[in-house]
Amino acid sequence: MLNPINHLNKLFDSRVRLGIMSALMVNETLNFNELKELLEITDGNLASHLKALEENEIIKVEKGFIGRKTNTIYSITKVGNKSFKEHINALEKMIKATK
Amino acid sequence: MTEQEQSLHALHDIKKMMERSSRFISLSGLSGISAGICALIGAWLAHPYVMGTRDFIMSWEKAYQLAGNGTWVLLFRNWLFWIAAGTFTAAFISAFLFTYLKSKKQGIPIWGSTAKRLMINVCIPLIVGGVFLLKLLDYGTFGLVAPGCLLFYGLALVNASKYTLDEIRYLGYGQILLGLINLFFVGSGLYFWAAGFGVLHIAYGIYMWQKYEK
Repeated sequence: MLNPINHLNKLFDSRVRLGIMSALMVNETLNFNELKELLEITDGNLASHLKALEENEIIKVEKGFIGRKTNTIYSITKVGNKSFKEHINALEKMIKATK
Repeated sequence: MTEQEQSLHALHDIKKMMERSSRFISLSGLSGISAGICALIGAWLAHPYVMGTRDFIMSWEKAYQLAGNGTWVLLFRNWLFWIAAGTFTAAFISAFLFTYLKSKKQGIPIWGSTAKRLMINVCIPLIVGGVFLLKLLDYGTFGLVAPGCLLFYGLALVNASKYTLDEIRYLGYGQILLGLINLFFVGSGLYFWAAGFGVLHIAYGIYMWQKYEK
């Protein structure tokens, strides 16, 4: 059997990124402020994690406007969906391995 | 912390975030209790009019004059209509208040995307039901109004359970069951209505309050 650790994705090795991914798995899109409220973190912290996920094509970013205010909308990509599911499966296997 | 414990924590966090971001979890048990009490008061006020010991038309003289203008005018000259409207308003305001207080305590915005999604999914069956019931009144089919309220409200709650605390599904099943039984006892609508909107709400509210807020 393959070592499950191989499937654990380094990209998701942070509570904030796990939170972002979990929220986007069950919501088609979320904007920056909604994510911020859910995760209860600062703008800068959230932005840097979102940037990392975006650069790895895990999430998609669309910039729009509501009136004059910018409204940045995030959603999960196909690649992101697949790799996050693999990550969860790997986590489960880690737990089962010791039972 | 071992790797297993870390994985378990991570999975726990994932689950929590999925719940928190997709469901409106501030719905308070106290809202159920207060809405139930309003319903019981409303049913008590309506009782003499429904049973025929008091006349539900405010003034027959006026009613005859206005009869030519169609049933809608008669609706507003009707004690039962105003009792129903008052009951609904009181129940809605008190239910909103307790949920608002809970959402403030939890630090969740009351009008976020989860609340919007919940409202839309509750309102679809309720508005359809409301129009349908108005049409029943228009045709004079009064006996089906109470079971209709229970059935449409029950369906709305079952639909809502995907977007808020899941237990509300059982409140919905209860309302639907009462509505269905009521279809076979058409003259006793007010009692079924009071049982569903009053007693079931209060029982559900107490259960939820003890489980999540006590």
